[in-house]
Amino acid sequence: MSKVNIFTRGFFKENAVFVMLLGLCPALGTTTSAINGLAMGLATTFVLIMSNIVVSLIKSQIPDKVRIPAYIVVIASFVTVVELTMKAYLPELFAVLGLFIPLIVVNCLILGRAEAFASKNNVFDSILDGLGMGLGFAMALTILGAVREVLGSGSIFDIPLYEGDGALVFVLAPGAFIALGYLIAILNKLTKKTA
Amino acid sequence: MAAKKESTFINMVVVLLIVSTVAATTLAFVYQATKGPIEQAKLKKQKNAIKKVVADFDNNPIAENFKVAIAEGDTLECYPAKKGDKLVGLAVKTYTKKGFSGKIWLMVGYNPDGSINNISVLEHKETPGLGDKMEKAKSDWSNKFNGLIPEFKGDEPVNIKVTKDGGVIDAITATTISSRAFCDAVNRSFIAFKNSQK
Repeated sequence: MSKVNIFTRGFFKENAVFVMLLGLCPALGTTTSAINGLAMGLATTFVLIMSNIVVSLIKSQIPDKVRIPAYIVVIASFVTVVELTMKAYLPELFAVLGLFIPLIVVNCLILGRAEAFASKNNVFDSILDGLGMGLGFAMALTILGAVREVLGSGSIFDIPLYEGDGALVFVLAPGAFIALGYLIAILNKLTKKTA
Repeated sequence: MAAKKESTFINMVVVLLIVSTVAATTLAFVYQATKGPIEQAKLKKQKNAIKKVVADFDNNPIAENFKVAIAEGDTLECYPAKKGDKLVGLAVKTYTKKGFSGKIWLMVGYNPDGSINNISVLEHKETPGLGDKMEKAKSDWSNKFNGLIPEFKGDEPVNIKVTKDGGVIDAITATTISSRAFCDAVNRSFIAFKNSQK
């Protein structure tokens, strides 16, 4: 597999949210606005890259039977680092996302990449994979957040687009499912997949 | 690729021990490094909230804070705002449990005569798009309270209630529960203000 391919498949071919439907809890929970989606996506990207690097470095030292607990400890540590840093330097953002940051630990995307990719490949490829998958995830969350913000609050990145209240349902939980469903449908149509 | 370590008991124990020790040490360092900034961010948030709700002051209200009992086993924190030696206002950190989801924390600022100067929302978990209109950033609804002096008949509030309950506050559309809770928190803060005068 070429290096470019490792990096780019995270965006479309194996996009975590739109194609593999991984990590939907934070994807649906945090995307009430574009900026929230982007921040959550970048936090996840950071954790994904760091955990991929470490897992790839220590893979030969970890006995098979305890690999999952070892990976989870690595991932949880990086999540806590993100949480503390965000609390210290971005308190406004933390007020919105705080609840979901610890949940990055159980985002199946991250453990999935550690298990399926980083534990079998070298450090450089693992960084590429983490970067691609993470940015693909961030992109999906930003698009989902933008769609929900435009339809629900009538603004994008907090810039007002039109007067009025917008369709409230898109800010609430059901709107998250509706918006995601339509986005997946559109993407499938564009990539001409036959389901 | 180097051969994997075998899954013998001793290997597993040693590897997990090392991984957890390294993780714990790293986190201890990060915790130490971020402890200060986290405290400061918290203080700054509180100070900004106080600044927003009371008249101009030149003391440090947070350093001079005191607790006022409002009921058996229940106290609220008060922050006096002074200019020179004169008391120009009192900020009361108040809460309610009657919100739609979870506690709502408000900072209510009073003028010395007991009228509400301004209110800012510290923390809430109300529905985005509905209950969050209590925030100044989303709508100016909470300005309705400014200038009012809460009145009580016995323990019952008289004016700080939604119009549906006979008060003077128009509830946020479709958000009566959050609006009621907001009034409840404001009334609670007034009891603290009154008791602080004694």
